[in-house]
Amino acid sequence: MTADANTGRQPGLQIEPEVRIETGRIDIAAEIASMGGGGAIGGLVTFSGYCRDEGGRLSALELEHYPGMAEREIAGIAWQALERWPLLACRAVHRTGRILPGEEIVFVGCAAEHRHAAFEAASFLMDFLKTRAPFWKREHLKDGSTGGWVEHKDTDDLAADKWHRL
Amino acid sequence: MKLVYFAWVKERIGVAEEQVELPAGIITVFDLLHWLKGRGANYEAALQAPEIIRVALDKEHADHSDPIAGASEIAIFPPMTGG
Repeated sequence: MTADANTGRQPGLQIEPEVRIETGRIDIAAEIASMGGGGAIGGLVTFSGYCRDEGGRLSALELEHYPGMAEREIAGIAWQALERWPLLACRAVHRTGRILPGEEIVFVGCAAEHRHAAFEAASFLMDFLKTRAPFWKREHLKDGSTGGWVEHKDTDDLAADKWHRL
Repeated sequence: MKLVYFAWVKERIGVAEEQVELPAGIITVFDLLHWLKGRGANYEAALQAPEIIRVALDKEHADHSDPIAGASEIAIFPPMTGG
């Protein structure tokens, strides 16, 4: 199957992913409540990523993104997940702007009839979101100064690469 | 051609975006990065290790060997750290 160049959409799939980039808080409980149930879904796996305080050093993280590309890139990954696993729902929500320690940065949810597809698809989505979605984190420190940009981890690339071998 | 920069690439170059006239002979992403690097100390600081820099042509990830002809917006940024 060939993906649509603009949307990443795969022909022949009935379920559409939901991708949102927002500046406000992510209500994790509301996200979960609106994804589960419905009768057909047997399992919903979600991942919530939070801002750490790094041992009390950080006052905030500032998330920058590339508008347009960020949405499209995450949607493209989600369409790949829908093609690879028999999902009944697929959602990714990513925040941008200033995020305080303890607050959510990202939410990913994948629902399926059975748990394995949901677990694997959620993990796949996060691994590729980390390496392909154009977001950058910068640290703001407790002493009021602006810290450095968070460094990319090679282990994130390895995590994404493993899906090519599975 | 419109160039857009993000994160520490933007910070070091000092602008978020700019229009540039490319000289003849700039064919690939690799050519573009090496030409840009020679435009001044700020570009040199941003692109001192061009091999780690990521590039998107019209909001699609590109390899350094990809041709840039036909792209209307080229984005240049560090490895991503979202999620």
